[in-house]
Amino acid sequence: MEERDVTKEGMSFIREIDEFCGYNRRWLVKLEGEPTDPRYGWLPRERPIGKYIEYGVINLDKPPGPTSHEVVAWVKRMFGVQRAGHGGTLEPHTP
Amino acid sequence: MGRGYPKVTGVLPVALQRMTRVVGSVMHSSKEYVCVMQLHRPVSEERLREVLSEFTGRIYQRPPVRSSVKRSLRVKVVHEIELLEYTGRYALLRIASEAGTYMRKLCWDVGLVLGVGAHMRELRRTRTGPFTEDRGLVRLQDVAEALYRFREEGKDDLLRKVVLPGEFSICHLPKVVVRDTAVESLIHGAPLAVPGIVMLHEGIKPGDTVAVLTLKGELVALATAEMSSEQVISERRGIAFRLRRVVMEPGLYPRTWKRREQKA
Repeated sequence: MEERDVTKEGMSFIREIDEFCGYNRRWLVKLEGEPTDPRYGWLPRERPIGKYIEYGVINLDKPPGPTSHEVVAWVKRMFGVQRAGHGGTLEPHTP
Repeated sequence: MGRGYPKVTGVLPVALQRMTRVVGSVMHSSKEYVCVMQLHRPVSEERLREVLSEFTGRIYQRPPVRSSVKRSLRVKVVHEIELLEYTGRYALLRIASEAGTYMRKLCWDVGLVLGVGAHMRELRRTRTGPFTEDRGLVRLQDVAEALYRFREEGKDDLLRKVVLPGEFSICHLPKVVVRDTAVESLIHGAPLAVPGIVMLHEGIKPGDTVAVLTLKGELVALATAEMSSEQVISERRGIAFRLRRVVMEPGLYPRTWKRREQKA
């Protein structure tokens, strides 16, 4: 059976985060070859679905009509979660 | 509710549960809009371009009467205004600006300077920090469908497409990757010392906000730098970062303090 290299997969995920917004500063390595133990935590894409949602974000297209605030309230209800927040309201008068 | 601003659409990143804690760093990042401005009387395109160019760079803006912040005069940076189309009555604009710049106000003020009056007809946000229209923008219907498929058919494939790992929302921050053995103590409030650091982005200066990640890429916390990147590389000890906002829950990584030997 082929062993997975979680450390390598983690590194490639970190690179993917940088690439998501074209962040191109160089990485400086302090500890060469430090591994991560696959028994702890998860590669972010492999979190069990409940955890995946708990640590998730949605790039949502706000529809016309409801305010940003209302849209977030809908999302909360749809997922049945207590907490959700948006990245900046689209209306100046909404708190 | 919201009838005053019916035609406002676009990129609205929504963080769920634990990721709500980092939403501020996305909220205070730059925005890009496409906006329809209606002029109350026509002006020449040349004149319009002239006035629009006066509204780029540092501008003064007093928040609208109905707003959630204190109405004192604020300086905002408008990076760019591009006139995409102009009919003499409607102007289609692409605007890139700092967070908290009011587009409705900008249109109004452009109208004042032009002397003919103007107002915002429609607004679409095309970018919020790292999130753009062309990188996996989803509609509410997509979310509803994905949840339905998961709840009714037990398949989470769509849900995993509609929801992104929250780590993507901090992509614009400098990052620090820590050893497995440092994670749990950070979550319990310990500062990040040099020996716990595996790698980090160059160019970090004391006072900068950084994202702390595990070697798997999981976001542990947001932190403030006490040392520069170069110092972290050259020093052997000392506190390099102080945690500001812990995102990760405790209990996922082993405790390594007090008892040094702990078999899993």
